[in-house]
Formats: sequence, C-alpha cells, structure tokens
Amino acid sequence: MQKYNPYREFSNPFSIEDLEYIYTKTILIRRFEETILELFSQGKLNGTTHAYIGQEANAVACISAISNEDVLFSNHRCHGHFIMYTDNVRGLLAELMGLESGVCGGKGGSQHLHTGNFYSNGIQGGIVPVSTGMALAEKIKQTGNIVMVFLGDGTLGQGVVYESMNIAALWKLPVLFILENNYYAQSTPSHLQIAGSITDRAKAFSIPFYECSSNDVREIYPIIKDAVRFVRSIIQPYFVLLNTFRLCHHSKNDDHRPQEIIDQWKKKDPLLIGNELDQNIRKEIDSKIEKRIDDLVRELSGTYE
Amino acid sequence: MSEDPDVIMLGEDIIDPYGGAFKVTKGLSDKFPDRVFTTPISEAAIVGIANGLALRNKKPVVEIMFGDFISLAFDQILNHLSKFRSMYNNQVDPHVVIRTPMGGYRGYGPTHSQSLEKFLIGIPNIRVVYPSHIHALDDMLFNAIVQQNGPIIFIENKLLYSTFNSLPADGRLDDFYIVHSDGYFPTLTLSLNNFDHGDVTFVTFGGMTPMVLSQAVHLLIEEEILCEIVVLSEISPLDISPILASLKRTGRIITVEEGTTTASVGSEIIASVTTSGFQLLKVPPKKVAAIDDIVPSSKELERKYLPSKQLIFDTVTNMMTAEV
Repeated sequence: MQKYNPYREFSNPFSIEDLEYIYTKTILIRRFEETILELFSQGKLNGTTHAYIGQEANAVACISAISNEDVLFSNHRCHGHFIMYTDNVRGLLAELMGLESGVCGGKGGSQHLHTGNFYSNGIQGGIVPVSTGMALAEKIKQTGNIVMVFLGDGTLGQGVVYESMNIAALWKLPVLFILENNYYAQSTPSHLQIAGSITDRAKAFSIPFYECSSNDVREIYPIIKDAVRFVRSIIQPYFVLLNTFRLCHHSKNDDHRPQEIIDQWKKKDPLLIGNELDQNIRKEIDSKIEKRIDDLVRELSGTYE
Repeated sequence: MSEDPDVIMLGEDIIDPYGGAFKVTKGLSDKFPDRVFTTPISEAAIVGIANGLALRNKKPVVEIMFGDFISLAFDQILNHLSKFRSMYNNQVDPHVVIRTPMGGYRGYGPTHSQSLEKFLIGIPNIRVVYPSHIHALDDMLFNAIVQQNGPIIFIENKLLYSTFNSLPADGRLDDFYIVHSDGYFPTLTLSLNNFDHGDVTFVTFGGMTPMVLSQAVHLLIEEEILCEIVVLSEISPLDISPILASLKRTGRIITVEEGTTTASVGSEIIASVTTSGFQLLKVPPKKVAAIDDIVPSSKELERKYLPSKQLIFDTVTNMMTAEV
C-alpha cells in the first residue's frame, strides 16, 4: 500500500501555506518535465514521452481532492498525475531510464505505470471502460473509494468512452471523469475533432457535469472537491471539463500551433501563482526542487548506461 | 458462483428468465442477483469493465454472445488484458474469463457462424481453451473460473450445446482407448487399437471433434486405416508433446478445425511440429479447415464451405496413397 497520501484539505480562503504547497507541486512537475525533455534531446533517454507542461494546475487541484485509497487511472500524458499522486519522482525517472529500480522495472516506461492505486495506459479511450470496471469493484466491495480517470479532448473520438459513460450512469458507478481539454489532439485542433458540445455528451447520459476554464488551483479545486464528494457519497458518475493548454509539444515532435494562441495561454501559466509568494520563500522552493531533481538525475545516470 | 463470492458475471441478455442466448447462465441471476449483470450491446466496454474488475481482485466472467462479436473487444484483450501483468512488472495478474461460443453448421450466415479462435492464439499472456464434448467441461469451466489465474478465453461450441458430454471411463470411450495429459486443460489422445500402431494422427479441438471421431471409425471400417486422434483443449499456449508422441507411431499429421485455413490454428500446430519433430514425418502435413471466405447462409453452400466428413475422409485416403 502506498504510504504517501496526496489528499490535502485546502483552507477557505486559501492560506499562504496552501499557495506555497500549490507552487511547490507545480514547479516540481514543471521542472521534472522540462528536465526529461532536455534529457531526451540530449539522447540520454530512450523512446518517447508526453509532457504535462502547462496543465499542472489540473493535477494539483484534482489529486489533492482524493486519497491514496482512491483509484487514479491516467493516460499517455501521466507524469503530472503520477508525481502528484505518489511523489515518487525517483521511481518515475528510473522508469524513464529503463532501470530495474523504476516503478515497473523499466518495462512500462512513460505511459504504462502502476503503483499502489495508480494505473496508466497509452491507448486513447481504452482506459475508460477499465476505470468503469474498477469503480464497479469498489462499489461491490463497499469501500467508499472512487475512481478518477483522466481523458483528453482527443479521447472523445473513441466509441468505448461513450459505452463506458452509458454503463457508468446506468449502473450508478463511482467514477469521476476528468477531461483535460487542451484544445489540440496531437496536431489537430478541436474543431476538426469534436462535433457538438463536450458537456452535452455527459448530459446525454444524465451524468452531472461542470465546466471550468482556469489554470488557477484556487478556482479548480472547489469544483473537484464537490465532484469527489458527490461521487463518493451518492455513488454515481460525474464529469468535469477542465479547459487548459499544454505549453509544450504533444510528445517530442514539431509544434505547429499558432504562436499567438500559445502566448495567450502563457499569460495564464499555472506557475504564475509563484508571484504571490514571498519571493525569498519562492527562491527557496525553487532551489530545493532543482536540487531534488538534479540529485536524482546525477544519481540515476550513474547507474544508467 | 456459489464457491467464490468474487465471481461476477457480465453479458448481454444473460439475466433470467431469458438466461442467455444459449441458456448457459439460466438461473444464475435469480440466485445471485447482485453478481450477475446484464449489459448494453457494448462488447468493448464489457471486456474493459471485466479488466477493471479483475485489476481490483474480482473474478469476472464475461459472456460474449456469439464468438463473431469478440472482434469488438479485441483492443481490450490485446492492448489491456494481455499486457497488464508484464508491463506493470508482475504487480498484477488480472483474472478474467471470457466465454464465447464459436461455430457454424446452423445456417446463421457470415457474421453469426465463425470460428475466430485463430485470431486469439498467440496473444501473449492470454490462454485460449476450446474443449470438446469428450472433455469434462463442467470441471474445466469451474476450474478456469475459480482456481486458475490470469486471462482465459474459454471457447464453447454452438452445436455442442445441444449434445451431451461423452466422458471417458477407465481409459475407454465407445470403441476408443484414451490417454490424457496432465493438468487442468488436458489433451486427450484416442486410439482404436490401444496405441499399438497407427497410420495417421488427427489433431483437432472443440466443435470438430465429433466429426473427426466418427471419420476415424469410418476409415477403419471402410479402408482399414488406423487413425489416432489428439484432441486438444488448451490451444494457446500450445503443448505439442502429445502430438509428437502420436507422430512417433504414425508419422502422418492432419489438423482439423472449423476456422478459415490461412494462418490458422493448424498452421501453428504444423509449424511447431515440423520445427520440433521433422524427423518423425513420413509425408507432408495436411490441414483441414474452412475455405478463406465467408460462411455462406444456405445449408448446401455452408456444408461445402465448412469442413465436411467427406473432406476429412478424402484427406486421409489421399495422404495414405501419396507416399513420398
């Protein structure tokens, strides 16, 4: 059983400690993802990855609302979720390096992670019925646990997503669908992918839903907290649409998205919350995180190759 | 379901009073209402849900109504169920049993008559079991659900649903002598002369077994040709040692199956046998299988397209006359 518990009860209104916590987690994910992209470009990491840069607020807000006994199923872009849920940065880096000490012994790699109650897989949409089945298991066992599953805008192309939503609603299963809409599925903008409205899809199955367009944990968290409480106590599915943006390319390839759109979203970078901290404390957090990651890279690179 | 409270059933139209398209689950939902789920027509989701249940330590049994529909769940089988154990580095071993009937000879036409087990063999970590009417089916299915681990696809046969089990007793079944391999999914080897010697080894499984057994008797009576029959139950992974043991006596192999011939179960059996037992062969191996096309609907066309008694008979007589 994973000892680390991601659950955090934020104060209302958020306290300065809360902001420091949010910033710490955000910069941890950000620097980790930037570091591994750097390692990939230096040829020190093998294969591919899908970085979570720009979407950190979603991971921080959503995963602070659940405990390590709730189930989390993530997708190909799972590092941010993994780091928030497990804090096992060493295990993740070792996994990316293909080391036996990695979370899955180097066999799963970036997209295929499992530890404790965290799972991920790299097939769009395929994780949704599996998550639905997990929710059924938790309901039968009467554990009170919920399943939080992360989808993307592109995932809405897969039929099995709708099969799963239908059954989740029909059988009243405790699954919380979190859709991180970053407006682009790989290189394809939403208007070439998605007909109609995203939330109407939840409505079609009578699944209650909420839409949020924010990169500020303070705005996202209360929504997720309520959604989690609903799913856990009423034992029914819920759907949250989080409109966001990734400030990096899809994986390691070219990024042809219009620069103006990227620049607009940079103004809403989740890291900006750092400006609200005491800047000395911020510098301390920055260097602690930098050291944590640097030390791990150095240590694991020694056993790598 | 009585034995193990973690067993859960999922499928389309499986609840009472209907009790399933072939009535296999009749009575279960009345007796265990909390553990039998009737599903929408969503094979992909149903198998995916079973995957999720199994990852959380339940023992789901999924019924896919007709084997033809298993293609709809292929991604969940291949990219999820097959991979979880290895890619998560042995931290999980989801126990899912998928039950589905294959087979034609009933005039149901192209999409309701197929034998698709050939597309399921060779998927890593997935065991495919397709027992015959002379296997102890009750025990095997019970065992597959309650005692085994990991993913199992348990194939049944539509025609055989209406025949009775014919179980060997004391090494005999009608005119045959029978030996069996060890294990929960045994291979049965049959001989008409107590394995003294033989001319041809049939290798078959599942729904073709009655036809092969009847032709073995017919060939002895009409042509004095002695056939041994190796009846598999587990077709993937494949243990060919009973086949090689028979080939030591006969030197001739014919595989018989209901699925289409190219890249079939027989193809894999023959590849495996020629790789390991080439020196045992006196003549080239032969496959009996369906023609690479649809299963036609009309009764006469279907009988021409699917393997027939005559085809089995002629394949043997031709093999015996065409000596290398």
